[in-house]
Amino acid sequence: MNQTASTRIWKRPPFIKSPILRWGLWFGVAIYLALAFGTMEIDWARAAEGVTRGKRFIMAFFPPDFSSRWDSIQDGILESMWMTITSTVIGIMLSVPVGLGAARNLSYRPVYLFCRGILAVSRTFPEIILAIFFVKLFGFGPFAGFLALSVGTIGFYGKLLAEDIEDMDPVQAEAIKSVGAGWLQWLNYAVQPQVMPRMIGLGIYRLDINFRESAVVGIVGGGGIGATLLTSFDRYEFDSAAAILMVIIGIVMVMEYSSGYIRRWVQ
Amino acid sequence: MPTQKIAGSRIWHRRTTAKQFAVWLGWLTGIAIFVYCWRLISEKTIWFFVTDAPKQAVDMAERMVPPKWSYMEVLWAPIWDTINIATLGTMIAIVIAVPVAFCAARNTTPSVHFVRPAALFIIVSSRSINSLIWALMLVTLIGPGILAGVIAIGLRSIGFCAKLLYEAIEEIDHSQVEAVIATGATRSQQLSFGIVPQIMPAFAGISVFRWDINIRESTVLGLVGAGGIGLQLDSSISTLAWTQVSLILLVILATVIVSEWVSAKIRHAII
Amino acid sequence: MLRIENLEKRYQTGDLALNSVNLEVPKGQVMALIGPSGAGKSTLIRCVNRLVEPTAGKVFLGDIELAHLGASDLRRARSRMGMIFQEYALVERLSVMENVLSGRLGYVGFWRSFLRKFPQSDIDEAFNLLTRVGLDHMANKRADELSGGQRQRVGICRALIQNPDLLLVDEPTASLDPKTSRQIMRLICELCEERQLAAIINIHDVLLAQMFARRIVGLQLGNIVYDGPPEGLSPEVLTQIYGEEDWEATIEAAKDLDEDEAEAELVEAVDNVITKPGSTT
Ligand SMILES: Nc1ncnc2c1ncn2[C@@H]1O[C@H](COP(=O)(O)OP(=O)(O)O)[C@@H](O)[C@H]1O
Ligand SMILES: [Mg+2]
Repeated sequence: MNQTASTRIWKRPPFIKSPILRWGLWFGVAIYLALAFGTMEIDWARAAEGVTRGKRFIMAFFPPDFSSRWDSIQDGILESMWMTITSTVIGIMLSVPVGLGAARNLSYRPVYLFCRGILAVSRTFPEIILAIFFVKLFGFGPFAGFLALSVGTIGFYGKLLAEDIEDMDPVQAEAIKSVGAGWLQWLNYAVQPQVMPRMIGLGIYRLDINFRESAVVGIVGGGGIGATLLTSFDRYEFDSAAAILMVIIGIVMVMEYSSGYIRRWVQ
Repeated sequence: MPTQKIAGSRIWHRRTTAKQFAVWLGWLTGIAIFVYCWRLISEKTIWFFVTDAPKQAVDMAERMVPPKWSYMEVLWAPIWDTINIATLGTMIAIVIAVPVAFCAARNTTPSVHFVRPAALFIIVSSRSINSLIWALMLVTLIGPGILAGVIAIGLRSIGFCAKLLYEAIEEIDHSQVEAVIATGATRSQQLSFGIVPQIMPAFAGISVFRWDINIRESTVLGLVGAGGIGLQLDSSISTLAWTQVSLILLVILATVIVSEWVSAKIRHAII
Repeated sequence: MLRIENLEKRYQTGDLALNSVNLEVPKGQVMALIGPSGAGKSTLIRCVNRLVEPTAGKVFLGDIELAHLGASDLRRARSRMGMIFQEYALVERLSVMENVLSGRLGYVGFWRSFLRKFPQSDIDEAFNLLTRVGLDHMANKRADELSGGQRQRVGICRALIQNPDLLLVDEPTASLDPKTSRQIMRLICELCEERQLAAIINIHDVLLAQMFARRIVGLQLGNIVYDGPPEGLSPEVLTQIYGEEDWEATIEAAKDLDEDEAEAELVEAVDNVITKPGSTT
């Protein structure tokens, strides 16, 4: 805001007060963009080819070809589903003790640090990298994918469970302690009712994530629909690829719809 | 009712008999499904490899140390590419996600019956397909390279950003918008004075959050040829150069930690 | 029944919340603990059942010393002390019945409690108590569907089903309206009378304390500054506990209490005729 002799001029005060910082920031962004685009090697001729291929690909959706590869699509989707279910169940079962240990208000310091360590490690690497290593160790097939997804689930679910427990109402927890309940009884009566509804919702959400991930672990040999998808792209069979994508989208939509329903039901 | 009266004293059960039966049935079905799935997986597993795995793991770990630090020189360029893929991809996604979100939010969409379903469809299809699959697709279409990576990240993030953003728009305080309407403002003025100020913090938070996720995801896009450090990971693994692999894993770890720290800082500064 | 010797509590922040407190509460006595906010009332109560660990001193329940019990003995001792909380502290997602039965957790094994297969005698007692406080028709409602007064009644049932020797009550009425406050206080005192329970009731409302307790202990900055009958609360004593204020009005009001009392009961009786018992609060 500045004031002249006769009229007062008003301008919206900028979000960042210091002009040096503000202009410096814009300048930095500009330089970054210039550098980023400058160092990007793009084969424009090849990219231009993508336009015609893209058209072909989009046309492949009308209609997609379910029939010619139906056997392997069916196999892949089923395998993805088994992996999704088993890894979600096992992952959640394993993440419960880890999550309990990683809740600060519930465990001892060394246990807390140990469990937080497990969670941090299992969360850092994307499932696909885990899958690469599990494939090396356990051979090709859904078992490697199942392990990768389970580890991912532990990291995700354990962390959220620990945070949820840390956020619970301490008064309700104290009340159950004050009646002389044992530790397991206390978990069952004070902690579980408080965290359960949200954790069921998150479990279903994780099921959803695991299904999506199960579609990619196949790319590195971890079983599931990913391998089929990779083959059809490699052979430029766009209409089969379109069919697979539509099946994936369809299943995800069904899961998302039903998860919203279940979440409302457990509230 | 879970309470019954039998011979003068009242019996209490947590659930009615029918409900209790439903619960047992639910558990039974769940366990049956799990056992079935597990059997199918175990049929496709060679258990000898599994029992042998601990030995293999030790073997692999031994070959991974010490990391080949000199390989770092080769890695700087892929790291830079990885960050660019994430950043540029996020920018593209945001530019497209904003109009999509306004079309998808019930209170701002131009048409509930035509535009909104279309916007929701864009969001769902973008979200249900993993960025690695988007990358696979784009590598086939426009050839391998960073461009495919940027677009893949962008396409995957549109749905994520638009979904969170439209939920934020739907949750705004309507009375503030009404106050702006009451002054006789046009639709675009309502947007910029009534709605945008309210969702600005959410918008910034979502962008930074997605950028953080994208850094993680762009480290692996190279596995299908879409640029970034994943390319080196792929080639090192296929040539069994384990000391390079361990260095790359460390670099990924560091990148992820730094990006998490940066995004936490930025979010803290904005909100 | 309860004997406290030289109890001291210093929090990690350095606050000395209790400074060498000595106190004895015999069987069947209802004692009101008054004092300004921050005087250490909650700390005192919590040191007794060791939700807060005392830094020094001894606490005897009967002839068991509580301050140095190991985990499982502490559990057994806690099951002999019922606690009633200011914010009711019901587990909100459990049903009223489960909340009441949770008072028996110290007496049943894990699997029984996990499967909710409590002994029939516990269930009978739970229904008796719920009937006594007028809530038996609510047994299968979820605790978060209840009003404040109803929740506190369930909290009372949970404490009493423990079959305790001692009741620890922390500001039972602070979140309730004046009329419900009186009903709750009366209920607690009647039940203590019926069962010959010793009780410590923390309360910041001097009027309520004088109305219901035969013995009043005043706490100020962790020290006991008054211990005697309600009639002994002179302006000087109240000033000592709470600081400078015009206390004459409070004392006058305390003298009128009995009339108020009668009136409140009348109102309640009329309510009960109009609506169902228990649904008035
Ligand atoms: N958890 C705690 N950590 C540190 N200081 C506390 C804690 N709880 C209470 N105190 C301090 O102890 C003193 C007594 O508190 P409290 O027993 O809650 O008083 P009252 O219940 O009489 O209001 C206060 O000075 C308070 O600041
Ligand atoms: Mg208090």
